[in-house]
Amino acid sequence: MIDAPALEALADQLRGEPEIGEQGIAGTEHFRAQAALHIAPERIGAVLSALRERGFRFLASVHGVDYLPEEPRLGVHYQLLDMSARERIAVKLRVPSERPEVPSVTPAWPTANHQEREVYDMFGVIFVGHPDLRRILMPDHYEGHPQRRDFPIGGEPVLFTYNESPQLGAPE
Amino acid sequence: MSSLQGRTLAQGVTLAPLSEDVEEWGGAREHDELFELNFGPHHPATHGVLRLIVTLQGEVVVEVKPIIGYVHTGIEKTAEDKSYWKVIPVLERMDYLSYYFNAMAFCSATERLLELEVPERAQYLRVIHLELNRIMSHLVWLGTSALDLGAISIFWYCFREREAILDLFEMSSGQRMHTRYFQVGGVIEDIPRGFERKLRQFLKVMPARADQYADILNANEIVLQRLRGTCPLSAERLLALGVSGPLLRAAGVPWDLRKATPYSSYERFDFKIPVGTAGDNYDRYAVRHAEIYESVKIIEQALDGLPEGPHITPDRKVSLPPRHELATSMEALIHHFKLVTEGFRVPAGEAYVPIESPRGELACFVRSDGSSKPARVHMRDPSFVNLQALSEMVRGSYIADMIATVAMLDPVLGGIDR
Repeated sequence: MIDAPALEALADQLRGEPEIGEQGIAGTEHFRAQAALHIAPERIGAVLSALRERGFRFLASVHGVDYLPEEPRLGVHYQLLDMSARERIAVKLRVPSERPEVPSVTPAWPTANHQEREVYDMFGVIFVGHPDLRRILMPDHYEGHPQRRDFPIGGEPVLFTYNESPQLGAPE
Repeated sequence: MSSLQGRTLAQGVTLAPLSEDVEEWGGAREHDELFELNFGPHHPATHGVLRLIVTLQGEVVVEVKPIIGYVHTGIEKTAEDKSYWKVIPVLERMDYLSYYFNAMAFCSATERLLELEVPERAQYLRVIHLELNRIMSHLVWLGTSALDLGAISIFWYCFREREAILDLFEMSSGQRMHTRYFQVGGVIEDIPRGFERKLRQFLKVMPARADQYADILNANEIVLQRLRGTCPLSAERLLALGVSGPLLRAAGVPWDLRKATPYSSYERFDFKIPVGTAGDNYDRYAVRHAEIYESVKIIEQALDGLPEGPHITPDRKVSLPPRHELATSMEALIHHFKLVTEGFRVPAGEAYVPIESPRGELACFVRSDGSSKPARVHMRDPSFVNLQALSEMVRGSYIADMIATVAMLDPVLGGIDR
């Protein structure tokens, strides 16, 4: 387990890297024996590759969180794993809902492909540089991002034959 | 585009170079064109509602694009609208072959946020049910996969043993599937009288039955030809693609969360992690088959060492009071009322808890805002991530091998689409 002092030391090391810089790591979080780094969104590529050099070679998960009503509102979390040291660390970033853009890590981490598509689909976070950023779980013509906190449950009309549009995806 | 001509395929078959003489092919070149095949969404060999857009050159797969989302039911969204204990039955319906694991991941994440100790007996009971579920999931996988390879009888044998496991689930929880047996803080009820005897009978029979499956399959020429050496992928690529579980272990990486970062008392049990060497379809089959024996060993040890004590945390702010107390204790009645109407509140914070499901790393992320409903629940489903590896596995192989590979991938679409 990475304890709180080790996490601080790691954050300081990363701040010393030229591609990350002092502003790259906004803070650390040590909660219930879980370590997390809060970073500036544009530094995600550099932070992940710096962590990869320190043994965290397995990107276990990429997922989105909506922090409504806080701002910046949309969060993306990256869960990294070091298999030889059996340690985990989370990298968390936040982007505002007016301009939810995060550089894609798919070119360096192929596993992020479908997971970034899911975050885009569910939260509307745009991953700049993703090779194939399309919806993955919802239909292509779907409007809105259903996992956002202000998207109502049951707010979507159920399709029956009488209210179905003649062509799938055609405007009403 | 005829990039595959003259190349040696994974199986050691070399495609003959195309003859320049078009007349020889009756006016059209047979293998020159790319052919796009829509495979699924409804197809018996896709193991669910999975659609694959397969680009073929003759019989050889050039590219596969999985299209998913057909059974997306918004479970993660629904979970945000329910109090913590009511989320469990919803989440169990994600990966419908490993419902105990879904519940376990969510309960563990909530327990971490609550800083709640789970009693030892509950941990052991959880292990027993998790491992029974693992055997059950592997049996369904083995039966349906063998069916894809043309072996029909094994399907009935596997489902016969699965039936015995479902009977055990029914005994302990009243339900055969989606049992809602795991609760935050423990399990809902202790195992009933007679459960142990029936479970021991099953444990005695199961290894012999697994031997019989091996007798049917391991010397079967068709099965061997379909599995051996087909669609391998290196450990390095699997790790880059985020693949975990039996697929990764088949390529020789001994990574199992039960051993690496033990939870729920797994460190007390003696078991092995089966690994493969080549990472081909045969190893994927062999690793899962070997895991059945290991699970039986774990259950035997858990049953022998089952400690006495409560089956759920005595913390009345989280777990329901026993039924008999309601008639005599005002306090118990208040607790019961509060828990059933509002539920318990969970301190604000975020937790990501991974466990080893039959398909790999199943993790639950829970964010609490301090209320009695989770602000975000996300399941890192292993099938969803593992599916990305399919395209790299089957590129350059025959389409028949793709069927076998989808089977060996063991995707559960309920978990992929959530």
